[in-house]
Amino acid sequence: MSDRPHPFLIAVAALVYFFLMVPLVIVVGAALSDTTYLTFPPQGLSLRWFENIFEISAFRRTIVTSLQIAFLGTLIALIIGIPAAYALNRFRVELPKWLGTLFVLPILVPEIVFGFALLKSLTVGAGVPIFAALLIGHTLLVLPYVVRVISASLASFDFSIEEAAISLGSAPLKTFFTIVMPNVRAGVIAAFILAFITSLNDVSVSLFLTGPGISTLPIQILAHVEQFFDPTVASVSVLLMFLTVAVMAVVERTLGLTFLAK
Amino acid sequence: MTQPLDIHAVSAHYGTTKVLEDLSLSVQAGELVSLLGASGCGKTTTLRLIAGFLSPTSGSIKLGGRDLTRLPTHKRDIGLVFQNYALFPHLSVLDNVAFGLKQRGLGASDRRKSALAMLERVGLAPLAERTPGALSGGQKQRVALARALVIEPPLLMFDEPLSNLDAKLRVEMRVEIRQLQRANGTTSVYVTHDQEEAFSISDRVAIMNAGRLMQFDRPEVLYRQPANTFVASFVGFENIIPFTVVGREGETVTAETAGMRLRLSQNAFGAIPDTFLLATRADGLMVSTDPAAEGIPAQLGLRTYLGRAYQYQCETAAGHLVANGSLTAPLDPGTGVKLVPVPEQCSILMPDEAR
Repeated sequence: MSDRPHPFLIAVAALVYFFLMVPLVIVVGAALSDTTYLTFPPQGLSLRWFENIFEISAFRRTIVTSLQIAFLGTLIALIIGIPAAYALNRFRVELPKWLGTLFVLPILVPEIVFGFALLKSLTVGAGVPIFAALLIGHTLLVLPYVVRVISASLASFDFSIEEAAISLGSAPLKTFFTIVMPNVRAGVIAAFILAFITSLNDVSVSLFLTGPGISTLPIQILAHVEQFFDPTVASVSVLLMFLTVAVMAVVERTLGLTFLAK
Repeated sequence: MTQPLDIHAVSAHYGTTKVLEDLSLSVQAGELVSLLGASGCGKTTTLRLIAGFLSPTSGSIKLGGRDLTRLPTHKRDIGLVFQNYALFPHLSVLDNVAFGLKQRGLGASDRRKSALAMLERVGLAPLAERTPGALSGGQKQRVALARALVIEPPLLMFDEPLSNLDAKLRVEMRVEIRQLQRANGTTSVYVTHDQEEAFSISDRVAIMNAGRLMQFDRPEVLYRQPANTFVASFVGFENIIPFTVVGREGETVTAETAGMRLRLSQNAFGAIPDTFLLATRADGLMVSTDPAAEGIPAQLGLRTYLGRAYQYQCETAAGHLVANGSLTAPLDPGTGVKLVPVPEQCSILMPDEAR
């Protein structure tokens, strides 16, 4: 084994990065174009399409809604998902096997079917208000990710550590917060990021659950493209990209991202 | 401080499977008792019942005057040392050791002082600020030991504490554990599947099988006088031969197995019942070429060299037996000999009652 990676490996890695980055570069380029239609390479440089986002009230509203839904949905999913993942791992032997699969079902069902089912049951069936229905939908959408990621983290957690703490006089609930949680922190953060971004970028489920007056950003982008072909969509996409990057950056600055490499 | 442990008629189930049946066991104050047996024998279940991680279906567990049976684990005040150390990975060595003291409401400076003193005793004070990840297996187990001892529990329990260590360290650590346990006089329960480990550090050993206690005694007694065929074969009695008494003449008993007769003296072997099993290690059957010797006729098979003796695989009318012969006169396979039981190496067992 030599220290330097094989040239072929470098070439493949470079290609992967190339294909990952090029669409982003094109979108950023198009967003900066001075033209009234989408084009690449940009003709003239302007930030006016970014300003235009905030002049269109529908974009302003949906950005706020999307962030609210993503944050609250992820939070609720964590509140449900962490104990669920804990129970699934702690009592793996005692609990029936299908219980773990149950939490993954929303991923297995095509999102479009999932969205339609929620529309039929929540909005039409139970008359749940739009915002609440969106929140429930997104919570269910991200719950599988939360349970999976935290389960993966708990799978390598040795529960005798928890037993050791309890034997030393720490009550079980207290032990969960002082011993178990600090050791699956990386999993919780990863789950948060994954869930937040999944919710923020979701189209299929939101498509069915949005309604008059309340919509999410991706749905608004779709609606906008149907009517206008100006670079606003490109600039909104760039904004969405930067929101995602911002989430990662905040996490990186406060907690460190090295765990993702584990 | 040190207290006796009393397990009375405890049974336990996993679902519908009975894993422990009517176990009674008393550990005296300051005594170290090992629970010894193969995996699935119920030894770990017993430990987990005492710790409170499992609840018995019936019976009671008392420590000193306290009834532990329905008490939650965190109120039992028991020091536990785990097989995989179970140190808190996110805390320093010092904070690991101080954890139990913190739960007992000790102030930060007192905690630090006691924890450091305990680390000093296990020789790890210089590593107090490290995290467990930076320690070797032996060091981790010392920290685990310090963490369990520092709360001065009335009962200390070990769950296969040395099985993840290499052989040399295992021997060192068991001496260390025994010394610390002796010095503190802490009543201890030690779970292991390693017979040598159990015999070497315990005051008494409980040999378990299939959820039952087979024999509970000092290692010397278990090794020499197993009470039943299970314990006999567990402690290495290769030869267990069934006999029926066909005649008694004073203290001399004539017993028969597979058509062969053997005269045994009750003066040498102790009281011999009408049907019995003669159990012995290879040491307890001497190979004799004297045709007049009072022994079991045998045909020698494979010879192996043990250092202190030659060992022979032997074919007899009573089946396959293992016997030792002297170093001075190695015998070839196929030789016809007599296998003479050495009384002090043999145990007379009652046939196991049908269970």
